[in-house]
Amino acid sequence: MSAPTSERVALARALNMGLRTAMEDDAKVIVMGEDVGRLGGVFRVTDGLQKDFGEHRVLDTPLAESGIIGAAVGLAMRGYRPIAEIQFDGFIFPAFDQIVSQVAKMTYRTQGAFPMPMVIRVPYGGGIGAVEHHSEAPESFFCHIAGLRVVTCSNSQDAFDLLRAAIFCDDPVVFFEPKRRYWEKGVLDTATRNQPRQTPPAGFSSVTRRAGTDVTVVSYGPSMAPVLAAADVAAGEGRSLEVIDLRTLSPLDLDPVVESVRRTGRLVVVSEAPRESSITADIAARVTEEAFYSLAAPVIRVAGFDTPYPPSRLEHHYLPDLDRVLDAVDRALAY
Amino acid sequence: MAADAAAEAAARGAAGVREPTASEVIAGLRATTMDAAVVQLLSPEGVLTPHPDYPLEITGEMLRGLYRDMVLVRRCDREGNALQRQGQLGLWAPLLGQEAAQVGAGRALGENDMAFPSYREHGVAWCRGIDPSALLGIFRGTDHCGWDPKATRFNGYTIVIGNQVLNATGYAMGQRMDGADEATIVFFGDGATSQGDVHEGMVFAAAYDSPVVFYCQNNQWAISQPVDRQSRVPLWERATGYGFPGVRVDGNDVLACLAVTSWALAECRSGNGPVLIEAFTYRMDAHTTSDDPTRYRMADEAEHWKLLDPLERVRVHLSRSGQADAAFFEQVAAEADELAASFRAACRAMPDPPPERVFSHVYSEPHAQLDRQRAEYLEYLAGFADTAGADGRETADSGTGGRR
Ligand SMILES: Cc1ncc(C[n+]2csc(CCOP(=O)(O)OP(=O)(O)O)c2C)c(N)n1
Repeated sequence: MSAPTSERVALARALNMGLRTAMEDDAKVIVMGEDVGRLGGVFRVTDGLQKDFGEHRVLDTPLAESGIIGAAVGLAMRGYRPIAEIQFDGFIFPAFDQIVSQVAKMTYRTQGAFPMPMVIRVPYGGGIGAVEHHSEAPESFFCHIAGLRVVTCSNSQDAFDLLRAAIFCDDPVVFFEPKRRYWEKGVLDTATRNQPRQTPPAGFSSVTRRAGTDVTVVSYGPSMAPVLAAADVAAGEGRSLEVIDLRTLSPLDLDPVVESVRRTGRLVVVSEAPRESSITADIAARVTEEAFYSLAAPVIRVAGFDTPYPPSRLEHHYLPDLDRVLDAVDRALAY
Repeated sequence: MAADAAAEAAARGAAGVREPTASEVIAGLRATTMDAAVVQLLSPEGVLTPHPDYPLEITGEMLRGLYRDMVLVRRCDREGNALQRQGQLGLWAPLLGQEAAQVGAGRALGENDMAFPSYREHGVAWCRGIDPSALLGIFRGTDHCGWDPKATRFNGYTIVIGNQVLNATGYAMGQRMDGADEATIVFFGDGATSQGDVHEGMVFAAAYDSPVVFYCQNNQWAISQPVDRQSRVPLWERATGYGFPGVRVDGNDVLACLAVTSWALAECRSGNGPVLIEAFTYRMDAHTTSDDPTRYRMADEAEHWKLLDPLERVRVHLSRSGQADAAFFEQVAAEADELAASFRAACRAMPDPPPERVFSHVYSEPHAQLDRQRAEYLEYLAGFADTAGADGRETADSGTGGRR
């Protein structure tokens, strides 16, 4: 089933293989959501799973997000490990009540009697020219809720490893998938499935993608690509950017960021989510608290605007791109 | 007995098989089969039989008008698909097969009635007097609503499934509080009936006698999910549980849709509302241009529904009864060609909005933080003025790499 090691595989396919291997490894792992069965999901992330694991383990659900997540709660109480797909970012809100009121609080309320080993998969973010409600970045809402873990991935290997880690984690994980990266290929070594599980999962930590000395640039998920491209351009101009991929947005593994800022003295945070009261706001505040005397410039954020996601012909204005990242780097260096 | 059943269920579960039980098969059939209760005026063969409960004064002029509506709406719909294939639209949601369900309901509306569409109601938009090219902005990505929803009494398209049902109910509550001689109609699909919003809308409408017609176009599919995944009973029967009438109408029969919707709106205006209408029809095309129905649906099914085509039966009736001649059909076809040409031209000519649009109309009152954000961004853009320009519509990621 699994591909030979070190094949180049699209991110969506890596997720599919993550689901498949997890279902092979544990019969309690089930997949549920709208159109995940016969269709294989609108992005084909669940392609072929129903054919191979049957309708009892891959459930095509009625069209009701509150129903999907609420039912997943009950299944988790019964000992299953449900992986619920929300079709698009903008459709998680009908399920928000269940996520906030039940998923996030069940373990706390029952003093651990009912853990919530559940994954809520959400394709998120813009850049695919879609209609309204299909391009949002709602991760900050979930980071604000205690009891949830919030994870995202930016490449195929992380997609596979982090999804598996999320599935075998006993806490509920909201797993954001950068939909405009679904078709991007990257190296994937599926042998990682045989590594012993770790608590907390090692894959949930921040990772340095590129070492540098002048400015620290932090991002995650869909924005990693323009950030890495910006680091290339900056290098050509004699500027050395250190790039860190957060991977987990809650709980934030901020130590590598703080440590990096202590060396570079400058921090740019990049995310396409709106700026106000967001994950980027939290990063800026915490780095200021922890590394105030190392900072040579204020923390600068490159984010989505504080507007609804615009019509798609305007999304190139809304989404942080290479130029906006470089502009922020310039501003950080100007102090 | 119970233990046996449980053991059997467990065995089936362990084997990963899930054959439906006999009762499930029957329940599914009940939800998906056109039964005797269905209201029909014009048969697929073009035979007209008035219905005692849903009287309708039928004239040749009216029939010709409905036929023309359906032809023009279908033509724009096909053009929408083509424009998407040509890269002019990001997406199109086809209505093919649902022309009668939409034109019948749309033509039943009075001038002051309010309509809340979902995202596929291009035929209702036509009946509300909206130029079809106004629909294109949503699918081309130039704006979220290309018409004046207040003046046209046709709300913006709603993409979050079921949301609009509650909004329509509230609007109808207002109509009743105002003592207005008006009603509201809300459109949603068979899949939408699983959403809490739709259920809650019906509870509210019943609690306040809201003059709202719940108009469910059961096109048999919610993307890949057949209607029996949403319901074990015919959808119209659910109305009983809320305490108002439910009617199933042949959604491929424009006259039946018109007659039943007119009756339902009159019920609403008389203070008896709400009413649930299930228009039993079929989505002949893909869910949207991004969808591939061959992955989940049998070709036979579409073949069967082709025989029930909503336009064909009106055409046959008009010709057989001598109410329209070849010249009429030619004229309608020519009109469709003309409309299609202007629709295409409007699409290609549609400009991208200026970057200011990202920030406009987020609030109705001034908002200092956003004003500042806008000013900063426009100033940033202006910095590119003499270089290649950040507005070169490259991919969102790439930028220009050209420094300001
Ligand atoms: C709350 C929500 N969940 C999921 C979707 C994605 N989605 C768009 S259309 C659709 C199926 C809708 O089926 P139905 O209600 O029967 O209407 P139809 O498209 O067949 O007219 C789904 C699942 C959505 N738009 N909104």
